Amino acid sequence: MRNPLADKVVEIKPSGIRKFFDIVSEMKDAISLGVGEPDFDTPWHIRDEGIYSLERGRTFYTSNSGLKELRQEISNYIRRKHGALYDPMTEVLITVGGSEAIDIGLRAMINPGEEVLIPQPSYVSYEPCAVLAGAKPVIINLKAENEFRLTAEELEAAITDKTKILILPFPNNPTGAIMEKKDLEAIAEVIRRHDIFVMSDEIYGELTYKEKHVSIIEIPGMKERTILINGFSKAYAMTGWRLGYACGPKEILQQMTKIHQFAIMCAPTTSQYAAVEALRNGDDDVAEMRTAYNQRRRFLMNAFREMKLECFEPYGAFYVFPCIKEFGMTSDEFATRFLEEEKVAVVPGTAFGDCGEGYLRISYAYSLENLKLAIGRLEHFITRLREEKKGN
Amino acid sequence: MREELLTVIEKNSRIDLKELAVILGVQEVDVVNELAALEAEGVICGYHTLIDWEKTSNEKVSALIEVRVTPQRGQGFDKVAERIYRYPEVRSVYLMSGGYDLMVILEGKTLREVSSFVSDKLSTLDTVLSTATHFILKKYKDHGTVLSQIKEDEREMITP
Repeated sequence: MRNPLADKVVEIKPSGIRKFFDIVSEMKDAISLGVGEPDFDTPWHIRDEGIYSLERGRTFYTSNSGLKELRQEISNYIRRKHGALYDPMTEVLITVGGSEAIDIGLRAMINPGEEVLIPQPSYVSYEPCAVLAGAKPVIINLKAENEFRLTAEELEAAITDKTKILILPFPNNPTGAIMEKKDLEAIAEVIRRHDIFVMSDEIYGELTYKEKHVSIIEIPGMKERTILINGFSKAYAMTGWRLGYACGPKEILQQMTKIHQFAIMCAPTTSQYAAVEALRNGDDDVAEMRTAYNQRRRFLMNAFREMKLECFEPYGAFYVFPCIKEFGMTSDEFATRFLEEEKVAVVPGTAFGDCGEGYLRISYAYSLENLKLAIGRLEHFITRLREEKKGN
Repeated sequence: MREELLTVIEKNSRIDLKELAVILGVQEVDVVNELAALEAEGVICGYHTLIDWEKTSNEKVSALIEVRVTPQRGQGFDKVAERIYRYPEVRSVYLMSGGYDLMVILEGKTLREVSSFVSDKLSTLDTVLSTATHFILKKYKDHGTVLSQIKEDEREMITP
């Protein structure tokens, strides 16, 4: 029989997380700090709206771009948050999670061989999606000394005449890094000068702990060259509802809608009705969850300081990214031993790019009680490692 | 810090002061001072424990009593309320809008104890016009906490 597979797909490395997942799932009594989704339930009034829509028999397709009401609410939301206006009829597209928006955005914009700049460490799907879209992914290795922010110099150095899109993943998974207004202004100048586009993944935009999240679309001249991606998963604890959206210039959105229409048809109807409720009446829920995350973040940072584990202070998402270079192990070795010896699962930094080597992603989407238990074990583990090292 | 502090200890008054200071991002001494101020101002009125007595061998009966009263000249409802809340078996007294005036929540050891309180003590007060007693059959949720629920983490162990 001939090879049934596409080379392009076979050549994509499986996610580094997958391998770890397999070990963890074998282990029954392990506790995890490895989850990339909120621990909160979707607020009841939002779930209730989803249920109500089902009771009323709203079980049909919506329009390809999504419910008009929802697109209007998204447009209102962005105006409220960022002071920018998107036309709900032509500049907003509802997708199956932010993930779909990343995929179809790249497919709609890339010609073969064009380059996509991907700052890493970052979410696992940018690189494979870029490859599948026919792009050449170009990795920008972010540095701990810059608090894992993207600098204008790093951007400038990565740009060639084939560069088409910069992916801007802030607030960042896995580092928790944010880009403040001054950081965005610095890179915006480079972006405009080289005439490239931005895909700004702001799925963690509601979860910042320093000042309000600033979107790159707020910087002059950037909205017209940016695809803004966001969704309901992180802000409203709605991961399983699979609902996100893209906003951007209508010429791009039109082509994205074409792919979406043929590949997906429309995002889940129940989720869309629930999301309307989330945007209309969910601000307090978001604020409450943000406060809880911030308390846990402070707890972890304090614990790291006390055990003298090096970690820059992250101001976004719900991750901390401590450095484990002092132990002379790879991230993978550290995470594997930590799991085997203390039964706590964390994700090696390398799952998010080679430059994550020497770091761990620790999620604080867990109750304080849970975190306390796990951090106790971490302290125990690194104390032992330090003693081992001294003994040698 | 005040509001966030109150929100945290309303859910968990046993949290230790050092930890409280850490998660609020302030110094421990500030937490101590703020708590003392809140107690002095009567904002914090007590540190109670939420107990599901049904899970113990200790039998308790609770009732919710709607009371209609005649307000007294110059003192409104306050004096009547005081007459009622002075009884130690009365857990809560609220002044209500609507069809009755005071809602009294009562806790006793037996049904008889509760009914004799209502007939002997409450109904015989001069200002009480009528009472309607509702026995509580089961508590599902109290003080924002679902009593019977043990929540398991249903998330996958590791996700990107």
